[in-house]
Amino acid sequence: MDPRRIVGRYTLHALSHVGRFAAFFVEMVRTLNEWRIWVPRTFEQAQNIGYGSLFIVLLTAAFAGAVTALQASYQFQANLPVYIVGGLIVNSIVLELAPVLTALLLAGRIGARYAAELGTMRVTEQIDALESLGRSPMSHLIIPRVIAGTLMLPVLVIFADLIGIVAGYFFAHISSLQISSADFIYGARYFFRPWDLWYSMIKSLFFGLAISLVPSYVGFTTKQGAEGVGRATTAAVVSASVMILFLNALLAQWLLTNA
Amino acid sequence: MIRLVGVYKRFEELIVLDGVDFDVSKGETIALLGPSGTGKSVLLKHINGLIHPDRGEVYVDEQSVPQLGRKQLATLRSRIGYVFQFGALFDSMSVAENIKLGITDQQCSSDAKYCSARVVECLELVNLPADTARKFPAELSGGMRKRVGIARAIAGEPEYLLYDEPTSGLDPVNADVIDELVVKLRDTLGVTSVVVTHDVRGAFRVADRVALLKEGRIRAFGTPTDFRESRDEVVREFIERDFGALPEA
Ligand SMILES: Nc1ncnc2c1ncn2[C@@H]1O[C@H](COP(=O)(O)OP(=O)(O)O)[C@@H](O)[C@H]1O
Ligand SMILES: [Mg+2]
Repeated sequence: MDPRRIVGRYTLHALSHVGRFAAFFVEMVRTLNEWRIWVPRTFEQAQNIGYGSLFIVLLTAAFAGAVTALQASYQFQANLPVYIVGGLIVNSIVLELAPVLTALLLAGRIGARYAAELGTMRVTEQIDALESLGRSPMSHLIIPRVIAGTLMLPVLVIFADLIGIVAGYFFAHISSLQISSADFIYGARYFFRPWDLWYSMIKSLFFGLAISLVPSYVGFTTKQGAEGVGRATTAAVVSASVMILFLNALLAQWLLTNA
Repeated sequence: MIRLVGVYKRFEELIVLDGVDFDVSKGETIALLGPSGTGKSVLLKHINGLIHPDRGEVYVDEQSVPQLGRKQLATLRSRIGYVFQFGALFDSMSVAENIKLGITDQQCSSDAKYCSARVVECLELVNLPADTARKFPAELSGGMRKRVGIARAIAGEPEYLLYDEPTSGLDPVNADVIDELVVKLRDTLGVTSVVVTHDVRGAFRVADRVALLKEGRIRAFGTPTDFRESRDEVVREFIERDFGALPEA
């Protein structure tokens, strides 16, 4: 095979996806006026996400906080003031660990669920059935999922921040450093900028959009056949995860270097 | 009134419809026959705009379906009941909620009592007990799911009904119930119907006219009598498979 042809074919394939994704997004935005239908369903979805994910998110955040504290105390040079560790732990968790780990976890949980649910509904003609009743799949299925996912991620990240910081403090306290709560809080305050919290929330919103919009699109456009659903689910999780890594770098460049 | 003119539809390399001309008058019941995989479902989905033709025209009541805007298409669809081949029930919802989605929004939100009564009424029409309403699709047999699908399609009192193999997979008693329902809806409410079916006997019993889809085209279109007396070999072969050799001719 001529490599140029392979590249050409891939480019065309990618472009056609971009076009269809744009059309999907426009259709979604145009259906926002059917709020009577999507608002109650959004609450249902948000509840699902909250109950289904809170425990695993907290567990992950606690371990992330603990490991950050243990590594910080391991690497810590004795001639630096100990309160720096407090700032280091809080900053790592708020800026990076809580949003990214939570988003990657939920890309697996929410992303996979959205793609599998919508893919199954596509291949069993439930989406066609909804349309045949003169109802919009956007307001009944897509908008509730996308909005719930986008808004719930920052909420879960706030919980992850809290647990991560508490676990970080606890492990820094019992580690060889034996940091006192006064030092920890002093350090956390010393290095804290309000913008950090905004940054963390903005980032979480983007991540939330990525892990709900991409899998919704992939599931919604699943091709016929039972293996189509499996393939869509894998594709959704992989592309949502890649989007998160990509957005993470992009937003750091945009929002942190100019701040 | 439904009219398809020169409808051509292809999926990648596969030409499914290759110039289909098809018409249904108001109040008429048409049976659409054809071997499986010839595109009967694809044809049916053109009528309510679930599939758009590559070429050719699709009209319902003089409205060109592929050219309708979002709102107009939704309005048209709410007047057309569609029975899916495998039910296509919403599996996260109970049977009652499924059927309620078939009732137009305003009626339902303003009158919960009417809706609950309508659910029971529609279940009765497809010969299902009232307590089916509380069940979920996963708890039902294939035949029951199909009948719930019919109940959902008729719940909004549509002017048109498109049935995709409504009786295949049903036991003979329930197949007869559905056939009688098709006839009853035509005679009492003047519903215009297209029934896709494998069942030649059922087709002859319920239909005013019968169409045979073969190799992307309507091969024959006429009354049941026309079909029985047809000299077209393809038609004869298709009918005789079901009836055995015909008594005369
Ligand atoms: N959405 C689709 N994408 C690709 N191929 C399709 C699609 N829908 C139907 N087909 C193909 O079109 C042909 C006709 O399908 P169908 O209308 O379901 O046949 P039947 O007469 O049994 O109802 C089949 O070969 C099927 O694989
Ligand atoms: Mg079919």
